[in-house]
Amino acid sequence: MAVVFKKTEGLTDKQFHYCPGCTHGIIHRLVGEVLEELEVVGKAIGVAPVGCSVLAYDYFNCDMHEAAHGRAPAVATGIKRILPDNVVFTYQGDGDLASIGTAEIIHAAHRAEKFTTIFVNNAIYGMTGGQMAPTTLIGQKSTTSQAGRDAATTGMPLRMSEMFATIDGAVFVERVSVHDVAHIRKAKKAIKKAFEVQLEGKGFGIVEVLSTCPTNWGIAPVESLTWLKENMIPYYPLGNFRTPEEGK
Amino acid sequence: MAKAKGKVRFNEDRCKGCELCTTACPVNIVIMDKKRINVKGYNPATVDEMEKCIGCGNCATICPDLVIEVERETK
Repeated sequence: MAVVFKKTEGLTDKQFHYCPGCTHGIIHRLVGEVLEELEVVGKAIGVAPVGCSVLAYDYFNCDMHEAAHGRAPAVATGIKRILPDNVVFTYQGDGDLASIGTAEIIHAAHRAEKFTTIFVNNAIYGMTGGQMAPTTLIGQKSTTSQAGRDAATTGMPLRMSEMFATIDGAVFVERVSVHDVAHIRKAKKAIKKAFEVQLEGKGFGIVEVLSTCPTNWGIAPVESLTWLKENMIPYYPLGNFRTPEEGK
Repeated sequence: MAKAKGKVRFNEDRCKGCELCTTACPVNIVIMDKKRINVKGYNPATVDEMEKCIGCGNCATICPDLVIEVERETK
């Protein structure tokens, strides 16, 4: 018998602190596997966000840097400009990237900074206790939208990938999901492509990964996967929005 | 055509009992061991009928906590 699946070299042995069933663990693993497959673990530098994945620097088996809330793209810009031969990525949640850090990420994309962003969208603030995020769905209950999000007072959920698709500097934009095995495999392909775009020096790449938050959604882990599929994907359609060929 | 043979190993102490692996198994052999609790206090995932395993790796692919290692028979 040959081992066909084991822990990637791209991750450390430290156990994740995430809640049971949280798909952050799957996404961490996909990034680690891609770094290993591209043989860049030794020269990768990740920038961790603020949010549930604030401790990501303990899990990725490469150099890591912590950033202030939402400012990972600014830190990554500095690192990549000083060390252009290293592989630089940010790992950010929706509270970090789509709310407090919107200016940083939009302008990093606009400047075509040559790093990669993994954007984990679970439609809620996880670490701080389940508050409404810009990405929270209409009618979705959170601790700050207890009757469900209301479009009249809080607007519609923000679609980040569609926004990036209008920015010339963002040459690779794709939205993927990790709610079943087939989609996890597709997500890995997208993440790999985003890192390849960086290695080719083509510009900014971002992969938005739809993720679950069983604890703050108040749904069991297995049912969370179904909830993601039935509620998030209709509003956040999966697919590629930009590839280097059309994005110049 | 003979079915592929596989084997899975659970690093049980990492398991948080989320049950995602039980949804991904095409031969439905991954179950939660309700008779035991692991060091974290959860019922860990396990396989009783290992001879049915085809080594597809689906359980390991969906596991968020790197609990599972998969082997497959090579011909």
